[in-house]
Amino acid sequence: MSDAALYGLCSAVLVGVGLYGTIVQPQPLQKILAFNIVGSGTFLLFGVIARRGAAADMGGDPVPQAMVITGLVVAFSATALAVALLLRLHDEAGRADDAPTPPATDDETSGC
Amino acid sequence: MLTGQASTLPETNSPIGFLLVLAIALPAGGVALSLLLGGRGAQRLAMATMPLGVAVALVVAGNIWRSGRSLTYLVGGWHPPLGIALRADGLSAVMLLTTAVVIGAVCLYARGSFGLPAGADERRAPLVFWIMLMGVWSGLNAVWLAGDLFSLYVALELLTFSAVPLVSLDGSAATLEAALRYLLFALIGSVLYLLGTALLYGGYGTLDLVLLSHVIKPEPTAFIAASLMTAGLLAKTALFPLHLWLPPAHAGAPAGGSALLSALVVKGSFILTVRLWFEAMPSLLHLGTSQLLGALGAAAVLFGSVLALRQARLKLMIAYSTIAQIGYLFFLFPLASAPAEATSMFGDDWNGIAWTGGMMQLVAHATAKAAMFMAAGLIAEALGHDRIAEFAGLGRALPVTMLAFGLGGMSLMGLPPSGGFVAKAMLLVAAMAEGQWWWAVVILVGGLLAAGYMFRVFAPALAAVDVTMRRRVVVPQSRQAVVLALAICAMLLGLMPLRPSQLLEVGRPASVTALTR
Repeated sequence: MSDAALYGLCSAVLVGVGLYGTIVQPQPLQKILAFNIVGSGTFLLFGVIARRGAAADMGGDPVPQAMVITGLVVAFSATALAVALLLRLHDEAGRADDAPTPPATDDETSGC
Repeated sequence: MLTGQASTLPETNSPIGFLLVLAIALPAGGVALSLLLGGRGAQRLAMATMPLGVAVALVVAGNIWRSGRSLTYLVGGWHPPLGIALRADGLSAVMLLTTAVVIGAVCLYARGSFGLPAGADERRAPLVFWIMLMGVWSGLNAVWLAGDLFSLYVALELLTFSAVPLVSLDGSAATLEAALRYLLFALIGSVLYLLGTALLYGGYGTLDLVLLSHVIKPEPTAFIAASLMTAGLLAKTALFPLHLWLPPAHAGAPAGGSALLSALVVKGSFILTVRLWFEAMPSLLHLGTSQLLGALGAAAVLFGSVLALRQARLKLMIAYSTIAQIGYLFFLFPLASAPAEATSMFGDDWNGIAWTGGMMQLVAHATAKAAMFMAAGLIAEALGHDRIAEFAGLGRALPVTMLAFGLGGMSLMGLPPSGGFVAKAMLLVAAMAEGQWWWAVVILVGGLLAAGYMFRVFAPALAAVDVTMRRRVVVPQSRQAVVLALAICAMLLGLMPLRPSQLLEVGRPASVTALTR
């Protein structure tokens, strides 16, 4: 088995595990972690593609590597935003699960 | 795999191509400066950016209309596939204009809810609102103009990160929960899209939409990538059955935010789906794929409308109606890609008519729905609640707002003369002429259901009652006028002729035409 195929399979396993997690895990924090696992699988795939598509005199195709850097920044900010929302929700509601909030009292308005 | 494909595409910068950069950079610059200037500065910057952004959209659209040619700008002078190209065709022009009009109206409207009177303390919510408004604008313009799948990914993420905080501006547990759920759906959607992008780059060595359309072949790599990307984009567009996040998010945001989210943000990922299928991989748009997307749209129309009928709160009703109206957009896929033998019978460009009809539905829904959400916001401000059952006498208390709400509703139902009528009529005749009558049935039933949920609001609001309604606050006339003006825009679209639009013809994907000849 070539290196590219081996790493490609690893990335497929990571994506599969992550997707399973995002669908099955009920807790938002676990979903956020699962999203990061899918992300890792995707970035690994970019690495495989960079290696496989390398021209004769280069170690790797630089374009996918540039994309991975951008992708990492995006995934990092997404995780930070999600965790910040989750912490704020925990402060407000005293819990951090996905169960629906009980309907508010009659006086509550829908905002403006 | 950097092959010398640039030579097959002698693209050069259009004379006013720099305006495409400006369309993205103006609001993005506003975001950066706002962080330095703080709350009051953010509002001033947004109000200053707004007319400039509208002017850029007008000049770009006017140029494309007159010259009949797309605009291109090669960032840094690098050619694809190594460089990034910004392209504006007729579709981009229409979307730039729609975005500018809706955001302009939201800016004027939101001065009432997020404006800071002189001497008032600065608060966090207005600062976030004005920054995110400019962020959404920049993200949307980037989605309309970006020419390759990876830039489109970055644009979509910019859009999502700007849209999510709008949901939870009031900071309550319920809206935070809605924002978190929206973000989780969006993140799964974007990572699936990115995975598809990686596969396409691995298979074809380019992500540029134009270059990709030349080299893509119907083979497993392309099918898997297309499925992953479409699934991700549908989660962001909230197409049934991936719509679960939409109602709490769109109903929980403040009215100006709801208008942005419902009218514009969900359309970003929709347009990307259209570009992916019609422009990058038209050879994969078999009857099966397009019929599947149409079927999901039909389910969304029926499901969303029935649920809208059952809502007790006005904003939730409007949010469910958004799910239904998004469904109509997906009729574009089966109706604009009909094979030649189906369209030749009546000898007209039915694919082109469906293409224009689908895009009209998008524009008409954007203007009408933004007006309705803002009208609902004024109603909630005036009454202190938005329970439909207690609307008796509302027609007398807020006549201008109710008129705007009703005009928006006419467009949703598809009553003439309204933008919604033109859009639905074009989709309807295209469905009949192409022999795909089943979509016509859904379009008609959806219109009837829309009339039903609009009637539920108007029956109590316009009933002759003696009690004068107690108003909590008096809503200023100027804000009502903004909402009415936007609703009238949705009406004026109804004056469009029922044929392929001249502006949308510019750079229309070859796949829409090629199949008819």
